[in-house]
Order: sequence, then structure tokens, then C-alpha cells
Amino acid sequence: MNEYFSDLFSGAKSLLVGLSVTIREMFKPVVTVQYPREKLEITPNFRGHTELVKDPETGTHKCISCMMCQKECPSDCIRVKGEKREGVKGLALVSYSLDFTKCSLCGTCVEVCPTAALEYSQEYELAGYSSDEFRFDLLKRLEER
Amino acid sequence: MTPEAAKQDKHTFVLNMGPQHPSTHGVMRVILEMDGEHILEPEPVLGYGHRIQEKMGEARPWPGFMPNTSRMDYLSAMIYNHGYVSLIERMTGIEVPRRAEFIRVITDELNRIQSHLLWLGAFLLDLGAFTPIMYTFDDREQILDILEDVTGSRLTYCYHRVGGVARDIDEKFVERTRAFIARLRSRFKPIYYDLVTSNIIFIKRVKDVVSFTPELARRYGLTGPPLRSTGISYDIRKNEPYSIYPEFDFEVPVGTKGDCLEVYNIRVAEMEQSLRIIEQALDRLPEGPFRNKIPRKVKLPQGDATFSVETARGELTYYLVSDGSDVPYRLKIRVPSFSNLSVLQELCRNMLLSDLVMSLGTLDLVIPEIDR
Amino acid sequence: MDISILPPELIRIVISAVIIIAFVFLNAMVLGYAERKLAGYIMRRPGPMEVGPQGILQLMIDGVKLIGKQLIVPKESGHALFRIAPLLAFIPVGLAFVVIPFSDKLQARDLDVGLVFMLAIMSVNVVAVLVAGWSSNNKYSLFGAIRSVAQNVAYEIPMLLSLLSVVLMANTLSLKGIVLAQHPVWYVVCQPLAFIIYFVAGLAETNRAPFDLPEAESELTAGFHTEYSGMSFSLFILAEYTNMFFVCSIAVVLFLGGWSGIPLPFYAYSGGIWFLLKVYALLFVMIWVRWTYPRVRFDQLLNFCWKYLIPFSLVNLMLTAILVKLWPVVF
Ligand code: SF4
Ligand code: SF4
Repeated sequence: MNEYFSDLFSGAKSLLVGLSVTIREMFKPVVTVQYPREKLEITPNFRGHTELVKDPETGTHKCISCMMCQKECPSDCIRVKGEKREGVKGLALVSYSLDFTKCSLCGTCVEVCPTAALEYSQEYELAGYSSDEFRFDLLKRLEER
Repeated sequence: MTPEAAKQDKHTFVLNMGPQHPSTHGVMRVILEMDGEHILEPEPVLGYGHRIQEKMGEARPWPGFMPNTSRMDYLSAMIYNHGYVSLIERMTGIEVPRRAEFIRVITDELNRIQSHLLWLGAFLLDLGAFTPIMYTFDDREQILDILEDVTGSRLTYCYHRVGGVARDIDEKFVERTRAFIARLRSRFKPIYYDLVTSNIIFIKRVKDVVSFTPELARRYGLTGPPLRSTGISYDIRKNEPYSIYPEFDFEVPVGTKGDCLEVYNIRVAEMEQSLRIIEQALDRLPEGPFRNKIPRKVKLPQGDATFSVETARGELTYYLVSDGSDVPYRLKIRVPSFSNLSVLQELCRNMLLSDLVMSLGTLDLVIPEIDR
Repeated sequence: MDISILPPELIRIVISAVIIIAFVFLNAMVLGYAERKLAGYIMRRPGPMEVGPQGILQLMIDGVKLIGKQLIVPKESGHALFRIAPLLAFIPVGLAFVVIPFSDKLQARDLDVGLVFMLAIMSVNVVAVLVAGWSSNNKYSLFGAIRSVAQNVAYEIPMLLSLLSVVLMANTLSLKGIVLAQHPVWYVVCQPLAFIIYFVAGLAETNRAPFDLPEAESELTAGFHTEYSGMSFSLFILAEYTNMFFVCSIAVVLFLGGWSGIPLPFYAYSGGIWFLLKVYALLFVMIWVRWTYPRVRFDQLLNFCWKYLIPFSLVNLMLTAILVKLWPVVF
């Protein structure tokens, strides 16, 4: 019988305490942001898909078409095409295609690149109507930048 | 009516819970043989999210499996990374700088807290309380922000590397982590205790409902908080110490009765212990390199090795057999959720439907981890 | 057309029907909006924000969307019953408005048995839930329906017992009479226990959290309305919100002095403001409770009813009866 009443009182008290928590929180400021209107700043370290680095000196990429990234990529989503050209040491890059639909964002390609020619993009709002939109040609993207 | 009699009488019917159901937490299906609201026989059906993870590990050179490790238990991605890199280090004898070990422990523990916070919210959601998950997500976001700043990713970190970690932590990271520790500590009592732990409805729902017994736990290989709730103090961080865990002062919370309330309490206590570990690690964080240079192509020596780590859900073991090349010959992953789920059938016999939902929540299952 | 040839009674009925339906929709919109907004703030997010300033038009858009949706009738369902169930839930809610005394003059009909009438109307809802759950031919829906029936039957008892103690004091079943009887003090002061019991039972009666077992999302997906979509789904929601309104208005009439408050000009009508204020204050508590607690388990729900609510309300009723008898004798 004793338990019956103690249960009742302690229970009722805990319920009131719970209510006080929610009412307190109710008057605290909102913590979310209205996404498309307000945006949070994302960290510069964010790992998006990869992008060729623009060399400030030459104004172009630093890739020497060594194929390291293509070989090391665990998801097999990089295709590097280079060709011999007059006056260029090594191979000149013709196209660098990244199949972002397969990329697992592991960062291996960025880490293995001997010339640090790759970086992560800050793009996080990727959406499209077909998977083709995510098969990037990074060289073209670089030129458009 | 006893279960057998009910079955004989054809009182029973089959209820299909899942593969899409709000409280199976993923694509899992439980076929329930029911007598009214009582469950006579629950039968979990797996495999809806099977992705041949182990085979993928055997199909490419070992570094190529790194991204996969983040994608089994996406809530303990960091700890999964840790286990895999440590396994490779154990096999090849690659050294890890001390600073990197500290960073690994800090990020592991942050990851663990994050996972427990999410569990807390989701568990309460299973019990029908909608608000706590928003509060836990508020806290969890802080961790994700901190980890994103250093790893570049919010969920599938792929941050630990053989021979170190991918990027060094800086002053800002340390400061933010300290601020987070203070913040979470200040929220345990006024929010989680008052709103959830002390709530009479919550206590009545979870107390004395299921009983994990040491015998049951041993039979099914139960690990993690459900095992510890039976009074068996088994935590890989203590029992089979790895990395630099022995240097830290922390406790392994254990229970006695093995009911859901104890599992809950253990998880909450574990969060506090993790905060303690992080705090000690930050205090003693040594200077130095964060990553050793390793040769480009590392072959795995012939033979086999295992490595176990304690994820937020229990014991994770990687077992690798190598034939001497850099492609693993066999990779076996023992995941905690799989064993933890296997008790369901025995645990939830003759239980109410609501209790089954609650027990599933208690086990803290991550379905992609079970299916792999 | 000269409307004077129509019987005035008919015109009155038509007008009040229109007003009632409008009010039902308006109330659901206000409550739906309040619920989402309050839930938002409790969870520290702003709630609906996009449609209209602060999202106040959200519910209207939702309504339009729901009306525009296709009505899916599962092949295996009992077709006629499946379609009738939402109407069964919705139609009675209009009837109960007839007896609610919003203010001294704002009452359609003051029935002698107003309270009984209202409770009777409210209990029709459970039939609708049962029909909906049964005819859906879905095990989850059936679970929801069964739970709902068991719950409602159990909770009707403490509810009636607690209301009975007020009726004993007021000595009338007419809602207006009860309001007038609380002239110096509201009954919540003399009958706090009855008020609490009534409110808790009311939460269960309207299937609100923590007693929302018939629609327990994490267990039964959506409970009895799992198979409903579009307008038939929204009729259930309308009925639910209107039922909440009724439960709270009964509480206000019986315990919180109905329309009495600080006198305003045209008090015979403007008292309705006080009435609505009190009702919405109680509704706020209902919403607040919903977003705070976990859900109870089914057997606990019934246990709580039989072990706590019914004994307490019985004792309360007995004490009230004795006191009411003794009062004139002693004083
Ligand atoms: S991030 Fe990883 S998966 Fe993606 S392209 Fe680079 S190496 Fe391949
Ligand atoms: S590794 Fe670097 S330099 Fe080599 S092909 Fe890839 S991007 Fe170019």
C-alpha cells in the first residue's frame, strides 16, 4: 500500500519535472536554420568531390597524367587521359573524368597525387535529374572556373 | 493460454513487421507469430541491405577497403576505421606515432558519444516520445561539426590511416572539443535526466521488461551494453586493450539485472566515461608527427591476424588471412549487432508487441552492419 | 425568393450548421498550426515557416493538398464500411456543438441532459475507429481499433465518475445550469481531484499522447488510419481535433466556470472570449503533454485506469455525495 502511494507521488512529481523541462526549452532560442534561405558556413576542410587545383602561377592545372590516382582509386571512378605534346614534360592532360556516382569520398586520390594536383570541392548541394550530371570532366570544370 | 495451446487452437496469426517499419531502424523484417498482442515467435529476416562487404575486401588491395569500413556501422564509422587500420598495422608491423594514437582515441570516443546520443533519441522515439531526439541531435550536431572540421566528412569519416591519421588536429579542435565536453556535461542532469531518466512512464516501460542473463549472453555472443548489463564486465578497451586505452583512467559501467533500464543507464554512463577519456587525452596530447610515411606498396605478410575493438554497440573483430600479396585472401568481420540481434528470438518470446519494439531499440541495431 | 416563407427554425438550423462546420475546420486549423508550432518550439526549431508569415497558412495548404489527393481504397477492404468510417467520426462532432454554452446567450440549445448528450456523442468516435480499423483489413489497423475500444471503454468510467461528482454538487445536468451553479467559486477549487482525473481520462479518450496507443506510430505504423489517405484521413484528424476541443470545453464548463471571467461589454455574448481562452489554455496543456512524455504500454494504460483512476474517482464521488448530503444538515 505504501508503495502504491509513493509510486503515485514520485511519478506525478517526475511528470511535472518533465513538463518543466519542455516548457523551459520552449522559450529558448531556436537552434535550427531555415536551410535554403539561411546557410551555415561549411568548414574549408569539407570533403566534396575532387577538383583539379588551379595553379596561381600558370593559371592551369598541375596534373602530369601519371595515373596514380586512377590506379589507386578503390572505386575505380577516375579516367585520366594524357597525350604526348610538344614542349610539355611528361604527358599533357586531355581529360580527367570523375564518375562521382561511384566515388566513395575516401580521399585516396588526393593523397597519392605526387604534384598535389587535386583538391576537394566545397560543393555540397549536388542534385540532378540523371546520373550523367555527376560524371564530371574535371578539366572542363577547371577551365570554366 | 499457453503458446502451444494457442498455436494448436489456431488462435495465432502472422504479423509482418518490416522491411519498412518505423521501428526496425532500417530495412529489417521481423515475422511475428502473434496471439492477440502477444508475440509467440519473433523471427528476424535479414539480408535486405546486403552489399558483400567482406568479399569487396578480398577483391582489391587492402587500402581499397578503407572506405567500406565506414559504411557498415555508419554510426561507429571512426571505430571501424580504427579496427581496420590497426589490423593492418598489426600484420605489417607499421609504427604509429604517439600523437596519432591520441587523435584516434579522441575521435573514437567522440564517435561513440555521437552514436549513443543518436541511440538515446531513437530509443525514446520507439517509446513514443518525440522531443528527446531533437535535443540529442542538437548535441550530436556539435560532435559532427567538430569531426567534420578535422575529417571533412560528417558520417563516413575514413579518417584513420595506416601509420597515423589523415589530418592533424589543431588548437581550434581542442578548444571546440573542450567546449563540447562542458556543454554535454551541463545537459545531462537538466535535460536528459529530468526529461527522460526520471520519468515514471519511461521507467515503467523499460524496467524489468527483458532479462539478459549471463548464460544467454554467452550462448549468443552478446557484447556491448546489453552484455554489460548482465554484470559481466567485458569491454575490449579494458579486456584486450588496444591503442593507448590502458593509459587512461576510466570505468566500465556494468549492471546487475540485465533489463532495459540498466542498458539505458550503462549507455548514459558510458557517455560520461567517454567524456573523461577525451578530457584526459586532450590534457596529455603530445606534440609530434601525426602520420608516419609508409612505403607505397605494402604487402601483407603471409598468415592471419585478428583485431578487436569496442564499437558503440559491442565487440567488432576483423580477421584477415593473407597469402602474402597485398590483396587479402580472406577477410571476416565479426559485427556486434548481428550477435546482438540473434538473441531477439529467445528474448522476446511471449512478449507484448510494444515490448518487442522497445527491446529492438535497446539492442541498438544498425541494420547495414548486420547485413554488411 | 422570400425567405420568410421558410420556417424560421429551418433557417436557424442551416445557419448554425454552417457556422458549426466552419468552426470545426477553423478549430482544426488553429489547433493543427498550434500543435506544429509549439512542438517546434519545444524541440527548439521554428516549426512551419514557409507558407505565409510564420507559416500560418500552412494548414490551409495542407487541407487543399489533402482534398486534392486521390482516395485510395484497398482492394481487400470492406468498401462500404471503409468509406463510412470517416463520416462516422466526423458527423457526430457537429452535433455536440449544439449544447456547448459558449456564453450566456451563445448556446444553440440548452438541453436538460446536455452533459449526457455530449458524452454520448463523443463516444460515437470509438465506433468510427473500430469500423475504420476493422474495414481496412490490415492487421495494424485492427490492432489500433482494438486498442482504441479497450482504452475508451476503460477510460469512460473514471471520466463519468469524476463528472458525476460535479453533477452532484451542481444538481443539474444542463451545461448552462452547471456554469451558473459555480457562481462564487469554480468547481476546480472544490473538486481538484475530479478535475485531474477527468483531464487524464480525457487525454486517453481523445487518444492523445501519452495514451496514443491506437495510433502508436513506432508500433503500429499509423494505427487505425494506416490505410486512409486524402480527405478521409483528414476527416479523422478533424474529428480528433474537434474531440479535443469538446473534452476541454467540458472541462471548462464543469470545472473552470464556463464563460465567467472579468466582465466585458456585451457580456452575454463576449463571455465567449473567456470561454475560448480557457479552452485553448487547456488545449495548450494537452499539446505540451504530448510533446513531453513517452507512450505508456497497453497493459499499463489499463492498470493505471483500474488501479488509480477508478478507485480515486469512486472515493471522490462518495465523499462528495456525503458532503453534499451533510452540508445542509450541519450548516
Ligand atoms: S575520393 Fe576515393 S573513390 Fe573518390 S575518386 Fe578519389 S580515390 Fe576514388
Ligand atoms: S595522381 Fe595527380 S598528377 Fe597523377 S594523374 Fe592523378 S591528378 Fe594527375
